[in-house]
Order: sequence, then structure tokens, then C-alpha cells
Amino acid sequence: MRIVAEHLSYVYNPKSPFATAALKDVSLTIEEGEFFGIIGHTGSGKSTFVQHLNGLLRLPSSLKRYKKKKPKKGQIPPPETVLRVGEFDLTDKKTDFRALRKSVGMVFQYPEYQLFAETVRDDVAFGLKNFSEEKLTEEQLDSAVRAALEVVGLDWEEMKDKSPFDLSGGQKRRVAIAGVIVTRPEVLVLDEPAAGLDPLGKKEIMELLHKLHREWCKTIVVVSHDMDEISENCTKAAVFSEGRVVMVLPPRELFRRADELTSLGLDVPLTAKLAAALAKRGVEIDCDFTTEDFIEKVLALWSARAREGGGA
Amino acid sequence: MKDVSFGQYYPVDSFVHRLDPRLKLLFLIAYIVAIFLASNFYGLAVCAGVLVLIVLFSRIPLGKVLRAVKGVVFLVIFTAALNILFYNGETVYAQWWVIAITKEGLIFSAFLALRLALLVICSSLLTYTTTPVSLTDGVESLLTPLKWIRFPVHALALIMSIALRFIPVLMDETERIKNAQKARGADFESGNLFKRIRAMVPILVPLLLSAFRRADELGEAMDARCYSGSHQRTKYKKLRFGWRDLVAFLVGAALITGVVLMRVYLPAPY
Repeated sequence: MRIVAEHLSYVYNPKSPFATAALKDVSLTIEEGEFFGIIGHTGSGKSTFVQHLNGLLRLPSSLKRYKKKKPKKGQIPPPETVLRVGEFDLTDKKTDFRALRKSVGMVFQYPEYQLFAETVRDDVAFGLKNFSEEKLTEEQLDSAVRAALEVVGLDWEEMKDKSPFDLSGGQKRRVAIAGVIVTRPEVLVLDEPAAGLDPLGKKEIMELLHKLHREWCKTIVVVSHDMDEISENCTKAAVFSEGRVVMVLPPRELFRRADELTSLGLDVPLTAKLAAALAKRGVEIDCDFTTEDFIEKVLALWSARAREGGGA
Repeated sequence: MKDVSFGQYYPVDSFVHRLDPRLKLLFLIAYIVAIFLASNFYGLAVCAGVLVLIVLFSRIPLGKVLRAVKGVVFLVIFTAALNILFYNGETVYAQWWVIAITKEGLIFSAFLALRLALLVICSSLLTYTTTPVSLTDGVESLLTPLKWIRFPVHALALIMSIALRFIPVLMDETERIKNAQKARGADFESGNLFKRIRAMVPILVPLLLSAFRRADELGEAMDARCYSGSHQRTKYKKLRFGWRDLVAFLVGAALITGVVLMRVYLPAPY
């Protein structure tokens, strides 16, 4: 499913002293099959944007009223808002939002706080029961839940009857993710999936996302402000700043523009910092900013120099 | 969920916002007394007039004020309907079994509905224009006499302010959890009453858990800062009675006097 947004704007609490424009004229396209990163500060509109993708935030009706109004003389009519996810047109009120939510899975920040059922099995089965048209048999539920638990790396026999509240933090998060992917959504959106985890937990979650990308969901959209996470994993990334999209580039091109990112108050990955420090001393390293590639390029340079030194 | 505006402070600077919270509390009590003392529409009209003045001076948009009534619309309609149907009046318009619609019933229902609406608007104006902290300070200060009989006034005030402070926090939390469960296909809008109540379980369980977690954290944070609520505790912001408060006091006194006079000298039945 291809995600297309054009001229998307959103205001929280319109017409009140709390009014804040979270999105200002955002245009962004996410192709099918991408592992897409969304970078930005807290309050840059990134979470607001992703909540539009499965219809949790809808285009305000006032926008539609505004569209109908005829533009005055000399006034340029506002550009038409477009928001499409695959076949679903989210600007249309009659869109089947339930079907949309089935094919666009959404994992919120700290998803473990949404667990509620008595057993892990029941919690993971919740979404499945909600989305299926006819009543599923216990066996069907069991097999689907089992597959979801196994893909997130949890043991079915050990987990199924446990209370989700007795698990460790990392396990809870896996259960919560299993509860979203159990319906096999085509697009999986995750808001800061690794927030609050230790480095090992973060690594495991990112590995899990790659596994999901390969076998389970075609498109993955990850919101993050950890630049290393983006540079290591994403095929493409969009930078949000103050409700606008500033850049949309693959990481290897994005992090070449370290100065621009720094001026937006954003960090760059460690590899980009090292590359910049080396460049200052006259050593240019042309890498795609993943750790692996960076090491390869440095080693290649190293051995080339060693050979030169040996030859002289 | 965002429509629940009752109890939320509305941050603008105005005459009413600057009033001493103690005075606002007393004024509210006086106002409620006045509403119930008013025995005819003249009295209520005066009360409504005063309320309009307060709203104007508080610079709170009318829509926001009326939204406070939205929450109790059902209650108002329900009581009004009961009164219309069962009030024993003399001028009968329509009758069926024990139910009779009378002129007096209609008038009385309108009177009651207006009374309720005024009550709700005035109370919500208090929380719109007063921050939870100063409201609590006001309550604590007004209840000071109770300290003489060793009543834990300070603890009560603290409980109140924490409760008020966490209304918007829990509201946000509810919204977040609701969204998360909606994303998993939860349906809160359809089905019969029983089904809808059952649909709330996936919201209530995580919400309760998070409320307990917050309470724990807050308790520990207060403990870490050596909070004890002892009587030697001083205040950063002292409450002072100013000229605005005098004006408001006079308005309140005039209101009560006016309503009482109207009750005595204009005894028109509604």
C-alpha cells in the first residue's frame, strides 16, 4: 500500500487558547515496501502525522467547509488536501475505517500500557476478534496468536496463560506488538518502538522490525529521534520540524547534510560524526552511515595506506 | 472525551481571574443560595443578569461556557419532562391517566431548568477562572476554623488539589489508551448498553493501572522532597483581599438582598 499525503494540516484544540498547529501543509509519499523513518523533535508533528495514517485523527470538518467556499477575487484557493493509504481515501467520510485499521497496524509509544486482558493469549487475540467478520473458533485464534507470539520471539507454551502484567518490560512490549501484528497488517506504523529500553532491548526490537519487514508487513514506518536507529535500519527518512517536512532522503544522503540537521536541533548518527571528524583531518570516507559500511570503508583505506607505506 | 470541559482552567487574564479565590468560593455559595431563594422569574432574571456580567468580565468565550451545560443537558431535560408530566396544576392543556400537562407545570419546569443551568454555569465558571492551586489555597484558608477541632484541613486541601490537577492528565491518558485500542479494532460506539460497558474494560484496566502507577510515583517524589504538610509550612503566594474583591463582594451582597426583596415584594407565582 502506497501512502500519499498532500497539503495535510492539523490543528489541536482549534479556536481556543490551547490551539496549536501540529501539521502545516505536509506533503509526503511513502512507497510500498519501504522501511521508512520519521525523524523530528518532540512537538514536530511526527506523531500527529502517523496518527492520520489509520484514521485515528481525521481531517477536521471545518477544512471541508472551507473548501466549499468560493475563493474571493484575487485570492488563491487553498490547495486540496489529499490523504490516501492504498485504496483508502481518508479525506472521504464514508471510508471504511475499520478495514483501514485492519491493514494499517499502529503501535503507540509505550504500547505495554495498553495491555488489559487476563492472559497473554487473550490480549493478543483482542485485535483479531475485533477485526474478523465472522466468529473465529478457539483453534483459529490459538494458531494466529501462536504465530504472532513466535514472530516476536516469545514462546507460546510458556506465555499463553501468563498474565501480561507479570512479564518483564521487554516481554510486555513484545506482547503488545504481537497484539497489533496478529491481524497481519500490510503497513505497520510504530511510534518510538524502542523508547525506554536498554541498548540490548533496543537492538532486539530493531531486529524484530527487520524480521517483520521481511516476512510479515510489507511497509514499516518508524517514528524515532534516535539517529543511529534511522541510519542503521531505514531505506528512507523524512525530517519533521515545527509541523513541516523539511527533507525526505535515504539515510546515506540525509546524513551528508549534517549541518542542516544540526541547525534544526537534531543529532546525526555516530558514524556521521566520525566521518565529519575524519574529514576535518583530510580523510574523506564515502559511506552510507551504517556501522558495517563505515568499518569496511575505514579498513579499506587503512590497508591501502599500509600497502603504500610498505611499498615506499 | 475532549468535550468534557468541566473542571478545566481556562487561561486568560481577566477581572474574574484575578479575584481572590476565597471570595470566589464565597460568592459561588452566595450565588447558589440566591438561585434557590429566588421564587419567581424576576429573581432568576437578576441572577442570570449577574451571571452574564461575570461571563463578560471573565473573557471566557460563550461557547465554552455553554459547553458546561452540555454535560447536564440530559439531567435538565429529564427533570423538566418529569415536572411537565406530573406537576399538579390547575389550567390543564392535555390529560391522560395520571399524566397531565398543565400551564403551571410548564412554567415550573422552565423555572427549574433555568435554575439548574445557572447553577452549573456558575460552578464551572469558578473552575474556568481559578487555577486548581489557588482554589485549594482558598478552600484551605476558608476551612481554617476547622483546624481548631484538629480536622486535617491541609490534607483535605492537598487531596483536592491533586484530584483537580490530575483530571486533564487522566483525560489525556484515556484518550491515548482509547486510540491504542481503537487501532486494534475496538468499537466503543455501537452495540447495546451492556455491550458498550463491556467495551470499556480495555480502557479502564490500563487507565486504573496507570493511575496507581502515577499515585505511587507522586507519593515517592513528594517523600523525596521531604513533604510533610506540617503547620509550619509557609506559602509562596499569599492570598490578599483587593479592590476587585470588594467590588465582587458588593455585587454578591446586592444580589442576595435584591433576590430577598423580590421574594417579599413581588410574590408573583413564577
